[in-house]
Amino acid sequence: MAFRIIVLAKQVPDTRNVGEDAMKSDGTVNRSALPAIYNPEDLNALEQALQIKDKIKDTEIIILTMGPPRAADIIRESMYRDADKGYLITDKRFAGADTLATSYVISKAIEKIGNYDLIISGRQAIDGDTAQVGPQTAEKLNLPQITYAEEIISCEKGKITVKRRLERGIEVVESSLPALVTVHGSAAVCRPKNSKLFMKYKHAKTQTELQTIDDDYMNQTIKNRAYLQIEELSLDDLSCEECKIGLAGSPTKVKKIDNVVLQGKDSKVIADKDTDIKHLMNDLIKNHTLG
Amino acid sequence: MNNICVYCEIEEGKVSDVSLELISKAVKLAGELKCEVEAVAIGSGLIDIGKQISPFGAHIIHSVDDKRLYPYTTLPHSAVFEHILRENKPQIVLVGATSVGRDLAPRIASSLKCGLTADCTDLVIGDYTDPKSGHEYKNLLYQIRPAFGGNIIATIVNPETKPQMATVREGVMKKEHAAKNFKSTVKVIDPAKILDKVDFAVKVIERHIEQKKVNLAGSQVIVAGGFGVGSKEGFELLNELAKVVGGEVGASRAAVDAGFSEHARQVGQTGVTVRPKLYIACGISGAIQHRAGMDGSAQIISINTDSEAPINSIADVAIIGDLHSVIPKMIKYYKEQSK
Repeated sequence: MAFRIIVLAKQVPDTRNVGEDAMKSDGTVNRSALPAIYNPEDLNALEQALQIKDKIKDTEIIILTMGPPRAADIIRESMYRDADKGYLITDKRFAGADTLATSYVISKAIEKIGNYDLIISGRQAIDGDTAQVGPQTAEKLNLPQITYAEEIISCEKGKITVKRRLERGIEVVESSLPALVTVHGSAAVCRPKNSKLFMKYKHAKTQTELQTIDDDYMNQTIKNRAYLQIEELSLDDLSCEECKIGLAGSPTKVKKIDNVVLQGKDSKVIADKDTDIKHLMNDLIKNHTLG
Repeated sequence: MNNICVYCEIEEGKVSDVSLELISKAVKLAGELKCEVEAVAIGSGLIDIGKQISPFGAHIIHSVDDKRLYPYTTLPHSAVFEHILRENKPQIVLVGATSVGRDLAPRIASSLKCGLTADCTDLVIGDYTDPKSGHEYKNLLYQIRPAFGGNIIATIVNPETKPQMATVREGVMKKEHAAKNFKSTVKVIDPAKILDKVDFAVKVIERHIEQKKVNLAGSQVIVAGGFGVGSKEGFELLNELAKVVGGEVGASRAAVDAGFSEHARQVGQTGVTVRPKLYIACGISGAIQHRAGMDGSAQIISINTDSEAPINSIADVAIIGDLHSVIPKMIKYYKEQSK
C-alpha cells in the first residue's frame, strides 16, 4: 500500500539578501530586484519527506505550491531531489490572500489531491515569518498538527513519532496519521539535486509553460510523458467559495506601509583612539551606567 | 463592550513572562477601549493561578484545570480556548509568540475565521477608513510589525472580523503591576464537557525543557555581536567585556544564523526584546528587526568599521573602528578607572 506525502513548499523573495535596489523610491518593495528562492524551511521539510521515502518503499511525494506561474520552479527543484510529482495552484483571483485565505485554498487543493498519509511543510516562510499557514491548513482539514519538528523519528502507516525543537528544549510526540507536520530550520539540510533526476525532469512543464514552447517535438515529448507534466490548479478546479479567497477572503488588511526611516540621534562619533575610549569609559563609570 | 482576552502560557505551574507582559499591555488598551481584561489559564494544578495573575490587573481569570491539559498539546488547548472565546466574544485576543502561542493562535484564528498578525512589535488603538467603501471603523487594534525582511513596517487591521488576534514576543511589552490589592475574579471552567477523545491524537512521550540559561531581558548591560564579529572565537572578546563590566552577551540574527552565538542570545524581532541601561552593539549593522529589539535601550554604543552603518544613527556614541581593537581598549580603560 503506497504511502503518500504532500509537501507544501513556497517560492519566496530572498529577503535575507536584500540589496540597495530592493526598495523603490516610493517605499514599496521592488520584488523584481529580489531573487526568488525555495523557502529554506520548506527544503528542510522536503528532506524529511525524502528520508521517509528512503525507508518506506512505494512512497510517493507530491509537491503542492501556490504562487505565480514561475513558482513551477519549486516543483522542478523538488523533482531534482526525488519528489514524484507536483501541483501548482495559480490563479490571479487568489492574489492578495493573507494566511487565512491561503490556507483555505491550500486545504481545498489537498482535498482534491486526496488520499494522503502525511502533509509536511516548513515551519514558516521568510517573506512573512508568520508560521500560520501550516496550523491553519491542519485546522481546515481537521488534522492533528505537529509544529517545530526537528526530526521525524519514525513513521509508518497510521502513526508518526516526531522530535520537536522548542525555545528551551525538545519534546518527542506521537500522533496518529494523517497529520500535518511543520519542520523547523534546525532539521537536517536538504540533499543536493541529483544529476540523473535533473536530466529526467528538466523539461517538466506546466500547461501554461507548455503553451510558450514553439518546438513541436518538445511539445509532443512532454505530452507523451505524464511525469513531465506539472498540474496547474486554478479557482475553477477547486471548490472554493469566492468570498473566502484572495483579498476579499482575507480578514487582515494592510492599513499602511512605512518605509523604515532612521530617526537620527545626535550621535557622538569617536575614533578608535586610546584617549577617546579612555574618556568614554570614564564617563560611563562616572554617570553610573557601568559599575 | 467586548473585552480583551490574553492566553496565559504556563510552564511547570508558572505563568510565563510574555503572558504577564501581554496582560499589562491589555490593561492599558482596555483603559482606552473602556472594557475589561480576561486571562485564560489552561493547564494542570492551577490552584494559585489567581495569585500569579491578579497583580497584573486582569479583571477575570478563566481557569481550566485538568491533568490532561499539561504539558501543552494543540488540540485540547485549542478546543478549550476556542470554547472560551466563543462564549465570551472578546474583541481582541493576545497570545505570546512562542512555540506554544505560534502553534495555538493560527489554529484558533482558522476556526474562528478571523485575522491574526504574528510577532507584533507594537499594538495601538486607532480608527480605520476602508479605502474602497469609505466605511469608517472606530477603535480598531493596529497591529504593527516589520515585514518583508524588515525593509518596511506594516500596520495591519482586521476591520470586519472579530476577535482581532495578534501574537507578540517576550520582552516587547513591559510587565507592569496594577493597583495594590487588585483582585481578579476567577471563573472555573470544567473541561470535561469540552474535550473529546479525538483531541488527544497527539501524545507527548518525552520532554526536556531547560531553565532559562540566559537572562538577556533582565540584564542592565548587554554586549551584543553581529556578523561583523566574524567568528565564534570573536565572541570570546565580547564575553570578556561583558564579564568585566557585569553584563550579558547578546547577538544579532545574522550572528546566530552564522553559528557564532546561540539562539537564546538573539536580540531582535525574532529573538528577545531588551531595554538595558547600556547596549553595546559590536559589528552589528542594525537592520530594523534588530533595532526593534533594542532601540528602547537607555544608552547605545555602536562599534563598527562602517561609518554609514544604520546602527550608528540610533547610537549615542558611535565608535568607528574594528571591534577587535576597540574592545580590548574598553576593557583596559574600564579596569584602570573603575577601581
